[in-house]
Amino acid sequence: MTGDVAVLGAGMHPWGKWGRSFVEYGVTAARAALADAGLEWRDIGSVVGADTVRGGYPGYVAGATFAKALGWQGTRVTSVYAACASGAQAIATARAQILAGLADVVLVVGADAAPKGFFRPAGGDRPDDPDWLRFRVLGATNPTYFGLYARRRMAVHGDTLEDFAQVKVKNAALGARNAYARYRRAVTAEEVAASAVVADPLRLLDICATSDGGAALVLAGLDFARRHGAGDAVRIRAVSTVTPHFPNTVLDLPDIATDSAVAVSPAPETFRESIARAAYEEAGVGPEDLSLAEVYDLSTALELQWYEDLGLCGAGEAVKLLRDGSTAPGGRIPVNPSGGLASFGEAVPAQAIAQVCELTWQLRGAAGDRQIPGARVGMAVNQGLFGHGSAVVAVR
Amino acid sequence: MIAGWFTGDGEGFRLLGTRCSACSTVFFPREDTHCRNPHCPGGRLMEAPLSRRGHVWSYTDSRYRPPSPYVTDRELPWVPYTLIAVELAAERLVVLGQAAPGVTVADLTVGTEVEVVPGVLHEDAETTWTTWQWRPTGAGV
Ligand SMILES: [Zn+2]
Repeated sequence: MTGDVAVLGAGMHPWGKWGRSFVEYGVTAARAALADAGLEWRDIGSVVGADTVRGGYPGYVAGATFAKALGWQGTRVTSVYAACASGAQAIATARAQILAGLADVVLVVGADAAPKGFFRPAGGDRPDDPDWLRFRVLGATNPTYFGLYARRRMAVHGDTLEDFAQVKVKNAALGARNAYARYRRAVTAEEVAASAVVADPLRLLDICATSDGGAALVLAGLDFARRHGAGDAVRIRAVSTVTPHFPNTVLDLPDIATDSAVAVSPAPETFRESIARAAYEEAGVGPEDLSLAEVYDLSTALELQWYEDLGLCGAGEAVKLLRDGSTAPGGRIPVNPSGGLASFGEAVPAQAIAQVCELTWQLRGAAGDRQIPGARVGMAVNQGLFGHGSAVVAVR
Repeated sequence: MIAGWFTGDGEGFRLLGTRCSACSTVFFPREDTHCRNPHCPGGRLMEAPLSRRGHVWSYTDSRYRPPSPYVTDRELPWVPYTLIAVELAAERLVVLGQAAPGVTVADLTVGTEVEVVPGVLHEDAETTWTTWQWRPTGAGV
């Protein structure tokens, strides 16, 4: 496969609320990924940073910030902002540079120190910013959108609060086995039910927290990998970064309304479905080939939606898949073996990179007591605010 | 803050979008520069009032005080409000809005008919910020 690049190294800083700078998390993750790859920072020909945003300023220019902290060495540098898809776009950029012959080996880094409580837009009056508008005009936080999606699934597919709770139970049990996760404790359905409602019908334990964290990858061309003695490394085979198609008829963060379908019939697939399909097509695999998937479980109900969007089952059948154990360890297609956002929380620019770290460890057979036996193909999928798609297919 | 998003009062209250003269696509919030339909050669965007009534696509509420730029009086205890996403059949789009005061999630189901009404988002000594709200039709709230 000419589109493949090798994952030589993966590293993370543990997620949590550590109260330190995002630079520290990113550098810790980067050094871990370099050590994992058996490479020195001086060997790196390009660094790609996934940006965070503070005060309307993207990440203090994250690629160069990480490069400075690691020690200026004249490397090619790129900074990428795509909201929650920033990490995937950083990986896509690194891959494109490798495939174009611009670099043999690239360091990809994402890290964040999340604000306390709800995510919110930067200050000032900015009525041309849809993210500012939804807060100012409606007070519509991220969890309220998750609540809308959850309530819609209950009405259309018959999902129940108990089903949602079981997603948390599954992911918390896995997160308890992951040293990088913020929450490392099993959770019961009763605890989910007893937690406070945040946005009807979702409770505190249905919704992911905000966290600090960092993740990094060392990617290389296959020739470099072979010369480096890593010819059998995990490979990234596809990175999907597609936008929605007009009209986007599913209400999306941060929008106040959908596109109108008066003039153009909606595509047969939703935006999230198209993100997955683009990755499958580029990788030449289908949902039946997956050994595991890491999905963006901003809420328990949203994880169920992803089962359908990934084609793991038909529309409305996600709960059946959950209930019969298909998406748990030992099932046909385990989902979020890392513990997911339920266990990590959101560290926005790091999360998509962290998902690929988990794919890498699983495909190497190095995921310890959360290992999915015989894992050969993994997908990580995510959706970034403002229409940024993000999916990665990795193979062994 | 959101000039030109709604007009009128009482029974005459309407959300205002824009409609493309070339392809008829409706935009809300209003789009005044370019039609966003990629198949459209580009037309003039003309102000268009939206349907008064629609059906609930989904709904939720906000049990915790949202952060700024949402304006609330932090001296007062937080009172949750309901949010409703409403499908407008003629325009074939979904519009999110707050529910009228007193409407809770217990009053709603997906598919419930609602109508748009004028409402107050927030007021202080100097300013009253008006907005649109959704209210179940035929409901006594
Ligand atoms: Zn048009």
